[in-house]
Amino acid sequence: MPKIDNFLDNPELIELYRKMVLIRKFEEKCAQMYLRGNISGFTHLYIGEEAVAVGTISALFDKDYIVSAYRDHGHALAKGSSPKKVMAELFGKATGLCRGLGGSMHLFDQKNRFMGGYAIVGGGIPIAVGIGMSINYKDEDLVCVCFFGDGAVNEGAFHEGMNLAKLWNLPVLFVCENNYYGMGTSVNRASSVEKIYKRACSYDMPSVAIDGMDVIEVRKTVNNAVKKIRRGSGPYFIEMQTYRYRPHSMADPDRYRTPEEESIWKDRDPIEHYARRLITEGIIDTYELSEINENIDNEINEAVEFSQNSPEPSKEMLYKYVYAE
Amino acid sequence: MAELSYREALNTALKEEMDRDPEIMILGEEVAFYQGTYKVTRGLYAEYGENRIKDTPISEEMIVGAAVGAAMSGLRPIAEIMTINFTLLAMDQIVNHAAKIRYMFGGQAKVPLVIRTPQGAGNQLGAQHSQHLEAYFVHCPGIRVVVPSSPADAKGLLKSAIRDDNPVLFIEDQNLYNTKGEVPNYDYIIPLGIANIARTGEDVTLISYSKSVQDCLQATKILEDYDINAEVIDLRCLNPVDTTTIFQSVKKTGLAVIVNEAWKTGSVASEISSLITENCFQYLESPVLRICAEDVPMPYNKTLEKAALPSVETIVNSVLDMLKVEKSERA
Repeated sequence: MPKIDNFLDNPELIELYRKMVLIRKFEEKCAQMYLRGNISGFTHLYIGEEAVAVGTISALFDKDYIVSAYRDHGHALAKGSSPKKVMAELFGKATGLCRGLGGSMHLFDQKNRFMGGYAIVGGGIPIAVGIGMSINYKDEDLVCVCFFGDGAVNEGAFHEGMNLAKLWNLPVLFVCENNYYGMGTSVNRASSVEKIYKRACSYDMPSVAIDGMDVIEVRKTVNNAVKKIRRGSGPYFIEMQTYRYRPHSMADPDRYRTPEEESIWKDRDPIEHYARRLITEGIIDTYELSEINENIDNEINEAVEFSQNSPEPSKEMLYKYVYAE
Repeated sequence: MAELSYREALNTALKEEMDRDPEIMILGEEVAFYQGTYKVTRGLYAEYGENRIKDTPISEEMIVGAAVGAAMSGLRPIAEIMTINFTLLAMDQIVNHAAKIRYMFGGQAKVPLVIRTPQGAGNQLGAQHSQHLEAYFVHCPGIRVVVPSSPADAKGLLKSAIRDDNPVLFIEDQNLYNTKGEVPNYDYIIPLGIANIARTGEDVTLISYSKSVQDCLQATKILEDYDINAEVIDLRCLNPVDTTTIFQSVKKTGLAVIVNEAWKTGSVASEISSLITENCFQYLESPVLRICAEDVPMPYNKTLEKAALPSVETIVNSVLDMLKVEKSERA
């Protein structure tokens, strides 16, 4: 195993681990709460893909923007949203991130510049490009990261967005989370070009495919990309190859993947691998690791308790936010 | 006061607003270098430069989506969609995104966005370029819909739309661009949701918007010859719609006719008709009448095209029928 380059200090390296575990455990709790009937609707879990969100978002400034799709819990948590508020949103409570009006697929956190989860495939892409336009308009030193799945690259919005971002040299980082399935249809049954990063060539946009199970590789690649973007070199495209361990959503019976395929990916688990590297290189010991895990368990139990004890939105909320005053 | 065309009034509103607020910018097809397909943005590129007025590729979904993203991150974009027929390509961004963002994100975000787009028929442009689609948007909560009928209203309503913090679909009537009228020189706004009583009368209420208001006003002159004094209400805005003014008038006259150039089925006229029936039933002397386009794709042939659209004549004849007045009774 290659050594972790010392481009991050130890607390930063440990924070990557902590964030990934937070997302993993949060999502496992979501599954449990869904099965208990506390969470309804479509619930798309991020388990298996943690290195993508954590590696990418850790390379950003707090003021940078991100736009997500419907598998958005991990992105919100990685950008700094409170697990309590995210869980309460999933419970549909008034204390939720979006006061119980959004739900799993529509998280949003203005103060962290988490610009929303959108549940129309590809729908967030034009919006991210518009945010990029806004950054350039105001001549800011910021980046907008746009997350989407492998399914989105076959939508018109993707192509219109890629074209405009490049045409106008906008500070947008396109991150394709390739988990190899758009719902139940595998990439090779949906895309004429199987290597998704090649799609960017049509727009003369630099692109690369990387191992999305390796948080350090993700972090380094994104660091590099956003540095270029901030220098004014225009948009960049990264395909991050990853895998969701769970079905497409909690409502999906998951009959399109083989146990063999699943186990190949689980053997490359982003959290386990990274933990081993941290220990091997003496950055952390097993005691500290279990302490982190324990603290996160507590944090998530508190989030559930907070959500359970939170009030339902009042009836006046039905109409309150349809229009701005 | 100055005499301006509807087009010039819109252009003036854009300039005045862009001078007032540096966060206002315009994007769309042919808006900058070409100076607007209908020349509403004439002179703006030279005056404000390419950062504030941007030509886009032919990517309607992208144009509206970019405007949504920009609006969410601090700008006040005005997106021009060349004709309303092409807004269908941007429907996902308008209906699924712009109209939902404030609500589904619990009031944290606002989308101060104006989508300007012309519509109109009667120019032999065929089925795909002659549609009136306002009802598609009025159906959806979360987006304002504005439909000015005169140069003065065009200026005041556009300024209001630009200052509004909601997404606004601003539908210009392409058959009115050359219409002239008195427009105040000063900075004024017409609040969204206040109808204009374009003519007062006691016998029947004609409710309309956009170019049909002009048709209604012409019809009232002919109706005078039959001793019929019609009231004309120009809605100006379809969301929010000024039900107070509508109901007051219908309660006074007891007769309501709604005129729009869109297809009859599922039209704004149908919606207004229901509102009147639900709220003014006991005042009605006759069923509410809708005068709309025929439910057909627009034919190219001039005679058939004319037959598909409401006209001054159909308005007059329908009102005479409603009041059981014979044509021979004309003074």
